Order: sequence, then C-alpha cells, then structure tokens
Amino acid sequence: MKLKRIWQLFCTFFKIGAFTFGGGYAMIPLIQKETVEKKGWITDEDILEIIAIAESTPGPIAINSATFVGYRTAGFWGAFAATLGVVLPSFMIILAISYVLRQFQQLKAVQYAFNGIRAGVLALLFKALWSMYQKAPKSWVSYTVMAGAFVLTAFLNVNVLFVIIGCAVFGLVTSLLVKKEAEK
Amino acid sequence: MIYLELFYTFFMIGAFTFGGGYAMLPLIQEQVGVRWGDVISQQSMIDFVAVSESTPGPFAINMATYIGSEMGGVFGSFCATLGVVLPSFMIILIVAKCYDRFKESHIVKGCMTGLKPAVVGLIGNAVLGVLMTVFFPAGISLSVFTGISFYIYAAIFGVMLLLALKKVHPILIICLSAVIGIAVGYLGF
Repeated sequence: MKLKRIWQLFCTFFKIGAFTFGGGYAMIPLIQKETVEKKGWITDEDILEIIAIAESTPGPIAINSATFVGYRTAGFWGAFAATLGVVLPSFMIILAISYVLRQFQQLKAVQYAFNGIRAGVLALLFKALWSMYQKAPKSWVSYTVMAGAFVLTAFLNVNVLFVIIGCAVFGLVTSLLVKKEAEK
Repeated sequence: MIYLELFYTFFMIGAFTFGGGYAMLPLIQEQVGVRWGDVISQQSMIDFVAVSESTPGPFAINMATYIGSEMGGVFGSFCATLGVVLPSFMIILIVAKCYDRFKESHIVKGCMTGLKPAVVGLIGNAVLGVLMTVFFPAGISLSVFTGISFYIYAAIFGVMLLLALKKVHPILIICLSAVIGIAVGYLGF
C-alpha cells in the first residue's frame, strides 16, 4: 500500500515536472489539481501552507513543494520519490539539449537566432524584475534593502552571498526594533 | 576536482536562494563567472536562460544541469543538480516536522522582511549585467552608438518588452526574437 503510494507520488511529480514551463509558481496550480483534486492526498489549506513555506525557505519552489507534499503523503521515501520525480524530466531534457546545442552552435543561423534571443531574454528579465518589484513590501526598510543590495553588488562588487546574509540580519534587527517599539 | 566543485558550488547556491524563478540568477551569474568564466561566457549563460525558459521544469534545475554538463559531462550535471536540490530537500524535511513552530517564528519572519526586497535588488544587478552583455559586449564606447546593430537590438528589446508586459507567452517572445535575429543576420547588419 505504502509502496504504491510512493510510486504514485513519483509518477505524479514526474508529470508535473515534465509539463510546467517557467517552473516555481507555474507549478502550484498543477500540484493543486493533481494532489488535491485528483488524488486527495492533501487539502487546499496544505497548498497555502506549502506556498508560505516555499517562500521562506531557501531553494527552488518546485523542489520545496515536491518534498513537502511527498513528506506529508508518505514520509521520507514519499519526499524522496516526489523530489526525484519533479527533477528527472528537466534533467534528461536539458542533458539532451546541451549536447544538441553544442553540435549546432557553429551554424550561422543559430548564432543569428541567439543574437536576437538575447535581446528578447533581456526583455523577459525586465518584466520579471518589474513584477517582483511590485510584489515586494512597500516600506522604508524594503526600499532601503532593495537599493542597498543593488548598489553593493553593482557598484561596490560585494559578494552576493554576503549581501544575502547581511540583508537577512538587517531585516531581523529592524523587525525586532519595530516590535519593541510597538510593545512600549 | 571538478565534480566536487560543481557539487558544493550548487549546494551553496541552493542553500542561499530565497524565492522562485529568477531569484537564483544573481548567485549563478556570480559563481559561474568567478569559477568557470573562461569556459562559460556571459553570452552563453543568457542563451541558456532562453533555453531554460522554453523547456519544462524549474529554472534552477535546468541551469544546474546545463552548467554541470558543460563543465563535467553527464556525471558533472548529476553532481550540480544533486547539489542544488539537496539543501531544499533537507530543510523542508526538518520544517515539515515542526511546521507550527516555524510558522510562528519571529526570527524567520524578520529575516524574510530583509530577504524579499534583497532579491529584487540582486536581480536588478543581474539584469544590469545581462544588459551590458547584450548591448555593450566590448564595453561602452562611442563606436557602439554609431553602428546600426545597436539600434536594431534595442528595437527588438523594446518591442519584446512591450509584448512581455502585455502578457504574451515567454516562449512566443523567444521564438519571435529568434526569427528577427536570423532575418537581421542574413540581411547583413
């Protein structure tokens, strides 16, 4: 029974990994449909929990949610099967593509295509940046951190890791100060 | 040893990226540039963002698999992918066990108030890096602005940004840019 559940978890997350483009958040509706509506393994509230957890733990959202659903449904091996399932399609597809790309990258047409594509990717990144900016909290702490992280990495060449750790500490300290202020 | 280096580099990237999608780009860009910049150029990294956007699966896994494969073949991509997955996997297993305490934790909430906007600033820098690679691959100089190709790519960028903001699908945007790129290339600009 449990073995069957683990195998189902693998298959379900393999399907989710193979059919979502854009990763992360794009995967949530599909996870909801497969695991809540079809299989009834978890509830809609669990899905909200998963999003909250995935956002406040490191790592890709897809991995976080697969591990969490797998663990809730069938313990450690459930988590293992779901995570393996969600990773495997990308892994195989990208491995194949990276070989094909190496064969074709000398072609003039491919080089021309990528010249255009780079400008298109820049546009996609600008759009992603814009929607992330809109979703970020609107407060002086938030704007200070945003500007600080940008200036430190863009103009002062500070290591990205240090900036991430520094911003976490800054957020922690300011939120504790705000809380103390409110308690007074 | 390249396999070990791939594993721990991507382990670190996985452990310090908060948020989905492109949140991983700043760390990948920096680490790959520092460690393997001589093999993987900024251009090919941008090309691969396009490939990643047009293939299924999470951006992080696609990038790890690709860079691993470029640096160390099949086993290299296995090491990089395992590295990027492992931190999430372990942390979620721990969190799933004590979710209620995690949810109420002021320390977690406090850190997140700093981390969320930090990701926006860091991606801002990553996008600036891509912009420099696309428009000024040989550095900023006056000669860039006298050539016609700068204006052609600026126009492609402008049109695609407009389409992206109108919520046109990313894959369609990449295909359109590719077709225009090929046309422009054969026309000899």
